[in-house]
Amino acid sequence: MTVADELIEAVGVEGRISSPADAFREIGEPLAVDRPEGPVDRAWANHLLGLELVNPANRRTFTVIVVGTGLAGAGCAATLGELGYNVDVFTYHDSSRRAHSVAAQGGINAAKAYKADGDSVERFFRDTVRGGDFRARETDAHRMAELSVRLIDHFVALGTPFAREYGGGLATRSFGGVQVSRTFYARSQTGQQVQLAGHQALQRQVAAGTCHLHTRSEVLDIIVHEGVAVGVVTRDLVTGAITPHTAHAVVLATGGYANVYYTSTLAKASNVTATWRAHRRGAMFANPSFVQFHPTALPIDGEWQSKSTLMSESLRNDGRVWVPTQPGDGRQPGDIPEHERDYYLERMYPAYGNLAPRDVSSRAAKLQLDAGRGVGPLRNGVYLDFADAIARLGNGVIDERYGNLFKLYEEATGENPRKRPMRIAPGPHFSMGGLWVDYDLMSSLPGLFVGGEASFAVHGANRLGANSLLSASADGWFVLPFTIANYLAPQLGSAPLPLDHPAVLATVAEATERIERLLHTGGATRPDVFHRQLGRILALQCGVTRSAEHLTAAITDIRTLREGFWNDVNVIGDGEHVNQELERAGRIADFLDLGELMCIDALDRDESCGAHFRVEHQTAAGEAQRDDDRWCSISAWEHDAAGGVPRRHSEPLEFSAIPLVTRSYR
Amino acid sequence: MNITLEVWRQVTPDSAGGFVTYTVADATPEMSLLELLDRLNADLVDHRIEPIAFEHDCREGICGCCGVLVDGVAHGPALNTPTCQQHLRSFVDGATIRLAPMGAAAYPVIRDLMIDRSALDRIIAAGGFVSTPTGSAPEANSIPIAKELADRAMDDAACIGCGACVAACPNASAQLFVGAKVSQLARLPQGQPERRARARSMAAAAALDFGACSDVGACRDACPAGISMDVIAALNREVLRASWSRR
Repeated sequence: MTVADELIEAVGVEGRISSPADAFREIGEPLAVDRPEGPVDRAWANHLLGLELVNPANRRTFTVIVVGTGLAGAGCAATLGELGYNVDVFTYHDSSRRAHSVAAQGGINAAKAYKADGDSVERFFRDTVRGGDFRARETDAHRMAELSVRLIDHFVALGTPFAREYGGGLATRSFGGVQVSRTFYARSQTGQQVQLAGHQALQRQVAAGTCHLHTRSEVLDIIVHEGVAVGVVTRDLVTGAITPHTAHAVVLATGGYANVYYTSTLAKASNVTATWRAHRRGAMFANPSFVQFHPTALPIDGEWQSKSTLMSESLRNDGRVWVPTQPGDGRQPGDIPEHERDYYLERMYPAYGNLAPRDVSSRAAKLQLDAGRGVGPLRNGVYLDFADAIARLGNGVIDERYGNLFKLYEEATGENPRKRPMRIAPGPHFSMGGLWVDYDLMSSLPGLFVGGEASFAVHGANRLGANSLLSASADGWFVLPFTIANYLAPQLGSAPLPLDHPAVLATVAEATERIERLLHTGGATRPDVFHRQLGRILALQCGVTRSAEHLTAAITDIRTLREGFWNDVNVIGDGEHVNQELERAGRIADFLDLGELMCIDALDRDESCGAHFRVEHQTAAGEAQRDDDRWCSISAWEHDAAGGVPRRHSEPLEFSAIPLVTRSYR
Repeated sequence: MNITLEVWRQVTPDSAGGFVTYTVADATPEMSLLELLDRLNADLVDHRIEPIAFEHDCREGICGCCGVLVDGVAHGPALNTPTCQQHLRSFVDGATIRLAPMGAAAYPVIRDLMIDRSALDRIIAAGGFVSTPTGSAPEANSIPIAKELADRAMDDAACIGCGACVAACPNASAQLFVGAKVSQLARLPQGQPERRARARSMAAAAALDFGACSDVGACRDACPAGISMDVIAALNREVLRASWSRR
């Protein structure tokens, strides 16, 4: 066979190159997206002018459902409530304060440019797009950078005790992937403080009677009528009551799905159910395989360790990352002399050193672990060493900066990081993927809006540190309230779908049937066992690095696992009382579906970009090699309700403000 | 490690409860108390016994979901440490540990070790906020705040809302929780306009569900966020000041 013949054979009927993903997906029409008009830096201002408004007197005639009370959910609900809308807010927690946003440590970015270090909205925008390896929309990233400025003002006005300089101005620090200092922080509890700001603002609206907070209520499904999202079905986690709620619009602000890997930096209850149910009802899921592994999580030391606790990236401002140069070196860290240590980040990326971006740092760590240079009892970590910083700055300064983190580390491991370097390892952390949304944050299911990590938004293929608090807050406080009004305005005079409507009753019946099915498989295996197996498959085959061979195997493995789940899961107890096994089982069932789509997406995207590293596509230096000719696009997956394979649509990305370049942090 | 657990079991808020004894033979010192419960629950389910319901989420001491009485002590033997960060290295091999729900009249048991702490949110709803409409904030640096003041406000703001202060207190008082928020916002310039009304309404809301403070200090030892009892003095001061004012 000649080269030409081979080429002809490789080209499919549509004139495209065949892919190992062909067996697992169809290719749909490219997505036609309404883009805001004008240059990127005027896009949001222009767009706002075109949005319809709702008269203050009419707002109380509209009901909006908000699911989730993290930064995006609480911010959106509080703002809508304050504007006068009727808001039904749902959380599976006992309080609106507990959403996992509370655990973010390091900070929130804003282009305040308070320091003479060359920062600006424009530079922030560029850092974000470049950090995301050119797989985010320019317009959306620019809007986030613009809104960052007002958000800091807003949080300060709400009483958030950000760190201050001696002169009384706000302090900032540096984060991975940037060379300016634009991260505002409240010790190592920034997430907690901005979360509490949202919680308190929401509670104020609860007291005012505009927001109705339904705690311990988990969304099981989305009610769709004539192709429009009109409500949700919830389960009361105490009584088991399954109840429909309808509204003029539905907002999902339900966070990320990195718990699909079983151990992750996320809270134990974080799950994909609400967005996955929406996906099955017609909302497209964008870039599901884009999951960030955080380089400074704690290694897993034992079978029963329930999570990989996150250590803030801010530690890399002063900590130095190293491994012994000799594989299998069993000496104590203090006994390894300087010349037998490899400060590999400083060596590989001199310009950014220990503050190289997360995807780059995680991959570099994995290289060291794979080469047998890992440290700790299971040789699955690398050192993060503060000895030099303590010698330079003293224990006092270091304690002031990182005291809480050191306490957390000591509590978790029993080791003192002042005396012995921390052990860290890459851990699943943030999902850049999520429900596909347009510029108004509306999904492909009309009436369903998505904010924060639950959407795919602005981070492309890799999120920069301290951009998640920002993007979630910006969505909730300053984007959704405007775009939802625009969606509501034409509906003036209409009422939410009656609760006895057949579409409502049918969705309730389906949700109830699913709960019953989970309770009565008659199986023998705990739900968690399936989750652990799923996590293992994904961590090994769809983790920091991926290959066509592994991904193909993973898809088969997950399908087998899912079949085993539905035949053999043992959900003990009943549906009428608190039943945490039942809660877990429902979430794991959706994770099993998501895991498969993640692998299909990773197999389909035949390039490396950001956190998605296909070993087949790397530069001679081992860096991610994008294929902008074929993959400068967002993959938006459509569920096939008939049970066939998912259909991938592509939204082409255009870069008008920033030229496409290869990222380099060397 | 071999650990014997005596755990409070109660199916519904209205049903009677009691302690049930279990053993875990393969515990390890690295396990947290919650991981010990995970381990035990796995065994229970495998033996077709309903697992112990307990609250938890972040497992890194910040969400405030977890919290049980460990041998009668809120959160456990290590001071100022939430249950998820209490590890078995604090116990000897062969130990018997008694786990009970954090008790208070304002905290009805939901199931087993789960309790209802919504009374704490009602206190926040009564005034634990700054009434700033979205979009109305001035430039953040237009109001300088001395570093020391901001640091102390942050000390107060660190409360994780676990409610252990109430469980530890012989009077089931929530003054540490209330004082932390009142004190934080009273320190900051942004909190001034509503300062007096806030102190009045939050203290009144707390009095509906919780007891009074008699300076025992058990709350301080239990608090995972290390909130100082100074906030209780601050709360008393704020309430007194508010009583002189009609604002």
